[in-house]
Amino acid sequence: MTEALLSVRDLKVHFPIGKGLLAGAKGVVKAVDGISFDLKPGETLGIVGESGCGKSTLGRAILRLAKPTDGTVVWLGRDFYALNKASLRKARRELQIIFQDPLASLDPRMTVGAIIARPLKTFHPELTRVQIDARVKEAMAQVGLAPEMMRRYPHEFSGGQCQRIGIARAMILRPKLIVCDEPVSALDVSIQAQIINLLRKLQRELGLSLLFISHNLSVVRHISHRVMVLYLGKVMELSERDAFYANPMHPYSKALISAIPLPDPKAERARERVMLQGDLPSPLNPPKGCRFCTRCPMATDLCHSTEPPLSPRSDGRLVACHLV
Amino acid sequence: MPSTRTSAEVAVRQAAAAILSARNLTVDFKLEHGWVRAVDGVSFEVRRGEVLGIVGESGSGKSQILMAAMGLTAINGRCTGSVTFEGQEILNASPEQLDKIRGSAMSMIFQDPMTSLNPYMRVVDQLTEVLVAHQGKSKAEAVDNAVEMLERVRIPDARRRISLYPHEFSGGMRQRVMIAMALLCRPALLFADEPTTALDVTVQAQILDLLNGLVRELNAAVVIVTHDLGVIARLCDRVIVLYGGRIMEEAAIDDLFEAPRHPYSQGLLAATPRLDDDTAHDLRTIKGSPRALVGQMTGCPFAPRCDRKIERCTVETPALQRLMSGRAAACHLVTS
Repeated sequence: MTEALLSVRDLKVHFPIGKGLLAGAKGVVKAVDGISFDLKPGETLGIVGESGCGKSTLGRAILRLAKPTDGTVVWLGRDFYALNKASLRKARRELQIIFQDPLASLDPRMTVGAIIARPLKTFHPELTRVQIDARVKEAMAQVGLAPEMMRRYPHEFSGGQCQRIGIARAMILRPKLIVCDEPVSALDVSIQAQIINLLRKLQRELGLSLLFISHNLSVVRHISHRVMVLYLGKVMELSERDAFYANPMHPYSKALISAIPLPDPKAERARERVMLQGDLPSPLNPPKGCRFCTRCPMATDLCHSTEPPLSPRSDGRLVACHLV
Repeated sequence: MPSTRTSAEVAVRQAAAAILSARNLTVDFKLEHGWVRAVDGVSFEVRRGEVLGIVGESGSGKSQILMAAMGLTAINGRCTGSVTFEGQEILNASPEQLDKIRGSAMSMIFQDPMTSLNPYMRVVDQLTEVLVAHQGKSKAEAVDNAVEMLERVRIPDARRRISLYPHEFSGGMRQRVMIAMALLCRPALLFADEPTTALDVTVQAQILDLLNGLVRELNAAVVIVTHDLGVIARLCDRVIVLYGGRIMEEAAIDDLFEAPRHPYSQGLLAATPRLDDDTAHDLRTIKGSPRALVGQMTGCPFAPRCDRKIERCTVETPALQRLMSGRAAACHLVTS
């Protein structure tokens, strides 16, 4: 087995909320509550879940953009949270991020060339202008932008092109890992497909690893090798992609997949749906026992009292459920 | 009420009188640099008991069709053509006439329930306002009706929760309140603009189910606008594919999804990731980006992105031509 690029162990990110003048914190939102996984070089892990499940916070905590409460992140054999400032800076070249809102994540007053060159100038001040220019053009070509566009500003570009600029900016440092936080959810269907194909190509050709965070399971299926399902800060299921979509094991995974409206009216009518009742419980006050027990169609007394561990099944996947 | 999804069933229904009918509807907006055309000569009809989907990408004009049909076009907009509701013209109706129709016979579900509900008003007051104003009901009677409707959209403990403010509901619950509000007057015609786009997928499934059951039961005519082909497949009987303000294709949904005729419909379907397609290959894409709003253009609006474009496509705008079995397509390359 290849050595892991990234090892996350029992990661927790808790946010205290509602600090009053007299009282202490009114409560704690456990956005990420004990998540562990490994990521191999060249692997894409899809992280899925509904709003409030902690998927974005997880991505940010891995990059040290959100402050972890507990747990470790090991990057290439070194404790990422223990790195001093200089080593962290060095390591950060290898970890990049792409954001959801393509236009909002680009400085409107900088030219596209300057935006893409910025990480390079920051991390490699020794490079000459000519060298930087060459690297910017290379990154633009990689993502399918014409080099002539260097001198234009973000507002002159469409959403899909802005997302390409964001990807070029992430790519220019030749990173080993890119955290993609809902990179296609703001895009039209025809553009979404272009960006998915682009990420697949970069991943394949450069051996990149991706953490692909998305609420859209059909999109995740097209880009991931493995899929991790989160619910209220916990992993419900972690599985190889094909096994997961062919046979989701956790009742929440089943419900998620069966809730997606298929672009196929006949299949839609023939479908048997696992319909969940109610909404997501408040993350301030998650249910006791299994977090999913309040909405689970199969929940028993055990589920309401004891939290199921994330345990391995015969095909190697991990599932946190008493009943499967 | 059974749904009508095949061409034969649609044909039977077409014989009934339309409740809403748009004829050559065009919507222009005056911007700083001149007029832009958002909707360009769109014609369609909807009948009672029928759910019509309008699908398109951003800037296709799909929402503006609904706004025009509700008489809600923004102040810098200008509508031409005709939209009639039960024979009455909407485009030149007075505010009083519109008020009367909108309150009782026609209603709309918006995308974002938080910005469409009044945050300063308790839900009970927002729901009963219409019943008291338009149907002359007493407040107590209106409250009973409202509670009943909230129960119908499965809001638990409705009698108590009706006195809460919108922010005290979750996103899914707020969207249920919106649906209850839209259905309270038992409208003959319901518009829904991306009604589930802001919701999580498991909540979306609940809301789609609910909406489907309620509109079939009311036997209302429904026009639903969305970018999501899955939502269309789930809810609609007939679908219009819109691009650049024009209708590219119109068909019963089974026909469209089985054999799209227009290159844009074909591209849109192929670009949509599915749960059962092949993941070894790349998704099919449509080159370029959706058309930015510009002035009037000649030729097919989709021509700049079309793989099958011929010279004629850039000089002559294809008319929407009727094909067999109630279908229509606007493409020089599609012949009946």
